[in-house]
Amino acid sequence: MDHKLFKKDVHWGEWLIQKALLLAGISSILIIALIFIFLFREAVRFFHTGTPMDLIGKWVYDDWEERNVFTMMWQSISEVPKYSLIPLICGSFLVAFPATLISAVLGIGCAVYLSEIAPYKVRETLKPALELLAGIPSVVIGFVMLAFIATFVQDLFHTKFRLNAFVGSLGVSLAVLPIMITISEDAMRAVPKELRDASYALGASKWQTIFGTVLPAAVSGISAAVILGFGRALGETMIVLMATGNAALVTGNIFSSVRTMTANIAAELGSVAQGSEHYYALFLVGAVLFTFTFVLNLFSEIVLSKMRQKLRM
Amino acid sequence: MSHAIPLRISQLIKPRTRLEEIFLDILVRIFALIPIGALSFIMFKIIQKGAGVITWEFLTQPPLDGMTHGGIFPCIFGTFAITLLMILMALPLGVAAAIYLVEFAGPGLFFRITRAAVNNLAGVPSIVFGLFGVGFFILFVGRNLDKVLQTGLLFGQPCMLWAAATLAVLVLPVIIVSTEEALNAVPQSQRAASLALGATKWQTIWRVVLPQARGGILTGAILSISRGAGETAPILFTGCAYFLPRLPVTKLFGVIPMINPFDQFMELSYHIFIMATQSLDAVKTLPIQYGTTLVLIAMTFLLNLAAISFRVHFRKKMGTVSV
Amino acid sequence: MIARTLAGGALADLDRDDVAQNPVKISVHDLNMYYGNVRALHGITMDIKERAVTALIGPSGCGKSTFLRTLNRMNDTIPGARIEGIVTIDGVNIYAPDVNVAALRRMVGMVFQKQNPFPKSVFDNVAYGPRLHGITDRAFLEHRVEESLKKSALWDEVKDRLHTSAMQLSGGQQQRLCIARVLAVNPEIILMDEPASALDPLSTAKIEELIHQLRKHYTIVIVTHNMQQAARVSDYTAYFYMGSLVEFGETKGIFTNPEKKETEDYITGRFG
Repeated sequence: MDHKLFKKDVHWGEWLIQKALLLAGISSILIIALIFIFLFREAVRFFHTGTPMDLIGKWVYDDWEERNVFTMMWQSISEVPKYSLIPLICGSFLVAFPATLISAVLGIGCAVYLSEIAPYKVRETLKPALELLAGIPSVVIGFVMLAFIATFVQDLFHTKFRLNAFVGSLGVSLAVLPIMITISEDAMRAVPKELRDASYALGASKWQTIFGTVLPAAVSGISAAVILGFGRALGETMIVLMATGNAALVTGNIFSSVRTMTANIAAELGSVAQGSEHYYALFLVGAVLFTFTFVLNLFSEIVLSKMRQKLRM
Repeated sequence: MSHAIPLRISQLIKPRTRLEEIFLDILVRIFALIPIGALSFIMFKIIQKGAGVITWEFLTQPPLDGMTHGGIFPCIFGTFAITLLMILMALPLGVAAAIYLVEFAGPGLFFRITRAAVNNLAGVPSIVFGLFGVGFFILFVGRNLDKVLQTGLLFGQPCMLWAAATLAVLVLPVIIVSTEEALNAVPQSQRAASLALGATKWQTIWRVVLPQARGGILTGAILSISRGAGETAPILFTGCAYFLPRLPVTKLFGVIPMINPFDQFMELSYHIFIMATQSLDAVKTLPIQYGTTLVLIAMTFLLNLAAISFRVHFRKKMGTVSV
Repeated sequence: MIARTLAGGALADLDRDDVAQNPVKISVHDLNMYYGNVRALHGITMDIKERAVTALIGPSGCGKSTFLRTLNRMNDTIPGARIEGIVTIDGVNIYAPDVNVAALRRMVGMVFQKQNPFPKSVFDNVAYGPRLHGITDRAFLEHRVEESLKKSALWDEVKDRLHTSAMQLSGGQQQRLCIARVLAVNPEIILMDEPASALDPLSTAKIEELIHQLRKHYTIVIVTHNMQQAARVSDYTAYFYMGSLVEFGETKGIFTNPEKKETEDYITGRFG
């Protein structure tokens, strides 16, 4: 058969390119998988020497009280190293909760303004400004907190520590604000115009429509934004490292110095001997942190995709 | 009709605006001003305190006198070098992966797994990438390379190569997602037209799809450069140096100067962190901290502005395409 | 010329006598097509003559566009699409495993429903196909572009702006540009999928006039939902319904004396 339809072009190049692209796709996934694998591989090794109980606390002999006392502390450099995760988780939440709260209130308000009230021109100027805010490196926010805000807050509230969980959460709220606004605004704009029209046609005012129609319809998207924002707040490193004082205390006082999981890794990984219990303990903290944020991300992803399905119908 | 509610004309003329509506109107406007206010405050303060520090010497000299004087040239150089290395690693891989996913993979299991993984990766805390960089790149890949190649301790220690690789993993999702979006924005009819003319799949991608997606890919690349240049946590332990008396350069074949990926390096964001928290006299070095912050923030702002205007430009161009 | 085509009742104007002697170009035998589990085409068998215009008509979703796309294997790009049966062009089965699909599509050009020029210049659009074949010689490309644009009756309108974006042309011009783009790769067969459905009446008339010109050199298969258009431009007409070929024959016969009741109902507008 030497009909012209059978004359093969040289397809080697094409074949090679497709395989190369496949390889790139696979290696991207592989790299992502490796993050899981390596984090947990190193984390699990902590249990070669430590016990799960160590992660909560240890019975340590207290010279002062002259008896064994159950201590929940992270104290890696000590005669009896203690690796309790409780103060770190406590610190992370003490920063992330207020930060999420602040940025949720501000962010949803902002999103309502952008989506329902702002004229086109204002919107078109505000959106890029938000992108610029999102683009500020977190080390810069941390620095601004450290250099200007911390003293101001201390003077305002007369706190004991200049650097504390509240200062950290202010900074973190600034860092998660843009993503909070963007996602909840997207959710509100995805609410069909017909719904608003129906509300207005029934004689509802603008705010009645917002509260009665737009927000309920967008509630899943807004919750996804809040969950995602909480995940980001838990994962923020540089701001908390610079602004929270880094004292690993179990406390509920928002004006106390705290140490978050992220800051703990950042503060100690530099001076740790590879293969030591301390080293694996830090990976364990990383794995716990990763699990927290992973679950939160997954959760918000599910909420978002549910919303998309609903709106498509 | 006797049951009709009597309607007062005055109600039609001017609907009563209730007090709480006015209050809410004002409230959300204030809320909207807060991010803008924060942005302006940060910019204003940094410029106010930092502008005076920026001199030619500050930008071109290394730190002097135990880092209490002098400039930040090694940090600027390091930041450029590491983002260059990072983008060289992440861009080809990310773009290729996205092309495969959009043009070849189709909506199968492979696609969904990658989708989910990429989305989740975007939310992984940056310090976890730092852990990964230490655990995987330096200790696993590096140490094993040294063992196999008998190179002593060349690969198995913090250096620019591993720091850049860590950042590359961090920005990979950004590049994949933005490239996917850019590819999906090219109308299917364009692909059909090319295929119907007897073009092969790759010819179609290369000649029709990629030229139109170029803008979106470029925007993603700029954004990831900006992101990479501003990140500190992933490079804390993978290659940054507190102070390095030399630039991380070497001579290829003894002649051609090039970045030395096996050296440590100084970096702007790390410099800010270290000067603000660990320097012996943080008050004395405050001007240097402001100056460094100004340089870093100016850099990321320019990159972000470039990305934004690129996007606007290309959206406009694509707009005429779809007419 | 345009006026004449527009005048309607053009059945008598075309010289149809000569095409009956033309050899068969495309032969379809018992063609079944599936999208996943859904059967989209049911045992289609028909012979399409060389250098003639064959119109495919029928209500929306009847399979006429799907059938058209089996002729240059554009359905290959749809995941889950599957073919049974034989389609031969010049006696060669185009679904044989060793057929070069790219070469097939060069031989069988296609014009789409919605004009889809590339966002490139007019020149680059037409030169796209030849360049795929590795032609870089500028003089040759210029010649080929001019020739193709002349054949598609667009040359006079665009010769002074060959290097402006094709996106600035009108819809009708864009569609003729798409035809020129197909002509530039020297096809033998041209498939047209409702090429005028997105155009105004004047542009439609120009396209129809163009089809009339092209039929002297090319085998044309055109899908249309416009009965008058089928009557005006085609030599043969095939009526599709629910994925089956109901009736196929000379256009004159189909429109004046359909054999099947369904065909008559459709043509006279009783349903569809």
